[in-house]
Amino acid sequence: MTRISFGRIFNTQTIALVSVLLLNWILFPGFFKIEWQDGRLFGSLIDVLNRGAPVAILAIGMTAVIATKGVDLSVGAVMAMSGAVAATLVVAGYSGPVAVGGALAVGLACGLWNGVLVAMLDIQPIIATLVLMVAGRGIAQLITEGSIVTFSDPTLIFIGTGSFLGMPMPVVIAFALMVLVTLVVRKTAIGLFIEAVGVNRSAATLAGIRSRLLLLTVYSVSGICAAIAGIIVAGDIRGADANNAGLWLELDAILAAVIGGTSLLGGRFSIPMSVIGALIIQAMNTGILVSGYPPEFNLVVKAGIITVILMIQSPLAGQVLGFFGRKKSGASR
Amino acid sequence: MNRSMRPLLATVAIFLVAYAAAVFQFPGLLSTRVLGNFLTDNAFLGITAVGMTFVIISGGIDLSVGAVIGFTGVLVAVLISSFGLHPLVAFAIALAVAALFGAAMGLAIHYLEVPAFIVTLAGMFLARGGASVITQDSVPINHEFYSTISSLYFRLPGGGRLSFVGLLMIAVFVFGAVVAHRTRFGSYVYALGGNTTSASLMGVPVARTTVQIYMLSSMLACLAGIVFSLYTSAGYPLAAVGVELDAIGAVVIGGTLLTGGYGFVFGTFVGVMLLGLVQTYIIFDGTLSSWWTKIVIGILLFLFIVLQRLVFAASARGDRSSETA
Repeated sequence: MTRISFGRIFNTQTIALVSVLLLNWILFPGFFKIEWQDGRLFGSLIDVLNRGAPVAILAIGMTAVIATKGVDLSVGAVMAMSGAVAATLVVAGYSGPVAVGGALAVGLACGLWNGVLVAMLDIQPIIATLVLMVAGRGIAQLITEGSIVTFSDPTLIFIGTGSFLGMPMPVVIAFALMVLVTLVVRKTAIGLFIEAVGVNRSAATLAGIRSRLLLLTVYSVSGICAAIAGIIVAGDIRGADANNAGLWLELDAILAAVIGGTSLLGGRFSIPMSVIGALIIQAMNTGILVSGYPPEFNLVVKAGIITVILMIQSPLAGQVLGFFGRKKSGASR
Repeated sequence: MNRSMRPLLATVAIFLVAYAAAVFQFPGLLSTRVLGNFLTDNAFLGITAVGMTFVIISGGIDLSVGAVIGFTGVLVAVLISSFGLHPLVAFAIALAVAALFGAAMGLAIHYLEVPAFIVTLAGMFLARGGASVITQDSVPINHEFYSTISSLYFRLPGGGRLSFVGLLMIAVFVFGAVVAHRTRFGSYVYALGGNTTSASLMGVPVARTTVQIYMLSSMLACLAGIVFSLYTSAGYPLAAVGVELDAIGAVVIGGTLLTGGYGFVFGTFVGVMLLGLVQTYIIFDGTLSSWWTKIVIGILLFLFIVLQRLVFAASARGDRSSETA
């Protein structure tokens, strides 16, 4: 099994991110300009980080799920539900922290539901999470009763738009989460367990890994990540929009993980690379906006860049490169 | 009784029970008028779902179909309204574009060894983006051919109308069932879904079949787009967003396994009808809000996948006991 060594900084993903950023700079010379105003940083680069944070957070949980050979299609709907619950709670007079707790509990419950379907009932992840993807948005609309619930709770608004040490709060949360989850999976055996279950679940179970508990945990983490992203998005617009919050973001999150080199067939993953994948996606979006191209080209450009990245990562490209004498590293980390 | 038919029979039984329960509450549901509208309103979904059935039986997935419907609508509308082409010429061009599009996805899936999920996701972005690049607005189609086709229908006893698009959907289902169960291509599709490696060792042309499957899916999605444009008399780049999920839902409810290798085109038909029944019921009820559609479809999906697991677990045991008997 070929593995890309993660120790190197100059891998496909960072090169792609840097090239997209440079392209943005060529199209829009002020791209790298960062200003300090009212105790926080402003600029296109900060904007990329800030807007990319929700997808990056989703991608953190999604990467762990994909590494177990699963996929979580429900994260967008879970975002809508958690945002709806947080907004409804503060509107009903509960304090901000209670609302955040409630939203996280919803994320955990959704993650556990997915986990039970996948781990206990042995239902394929794509279809198990499809249930919540379809029903979840309906439930979110049920909670908000079809309207956009607006609020002015300072805690939620701070999570969505506040700043810490000059950085926007979503970026701080995403970064902290990335460091935390990366440490947990790489400094303990959990990462190895996840890869083992992803490569061959029955073999991993026979080797003594409690794969059911592991799957439950992984889907719960994904649910909680989705809830955090949902709170950020709701706090950002100061309202819960059950129809549009997190719409299609599950696809962006999966894409971020795949661009980051995580194999959809399980067993190979890197959380920081997925976060970089999310930033690549956002850098493309922002680049198209700031460079003045019509936004309708956004999806076409996105499809083009995905195709290029996938072609570079595909085994065929590896063979072609190998043909020219540059053998792809087959060594493990 | 053939054991492999059990999930299909379960789907049919659940549809009949659900329909009977709905008719019990609203006797008006049992009329050719409602049944005719069932077919007309779900024609584009049904045609898309036939293509999706092939893709899923082969063990793949096609997320691009909703976007292809939107793209087709816009392309056809622009070709007719701005370039003054005859609708039939526009249809031919759209089908050719869709065939190329599907072939490109199939080639990428086979030769780049990228999962179908990701390739068709990129295809979805490309088709949706392409539609928005052509136009941002809804383009009306005013052509006498369109009004003729849209108003074609057979009058059913009881005042119902069996429209041209409804008939077209039934024709596509019959075509799909014949191709899936009676042709070599159909057996190849099942073989691929069962196990790609053993299929290839048995001499199934994997590359050609994969390309053909995605061409078929894209062309049927294109046909669905044409039907959708007949239905709305316009092309809109954001039309049919999320139809891929409805189509996948209909296929799964119809008893096809998402792991591939098992499924029936007729099951998909029942799945589409069941989704249509949920929507019609909610419209008939009048007090239920639209979001209940999503929740009920989610619950249905859940019930069916659990049911499938139970049936397959039971039939696995049954196989063993029948051997000993």
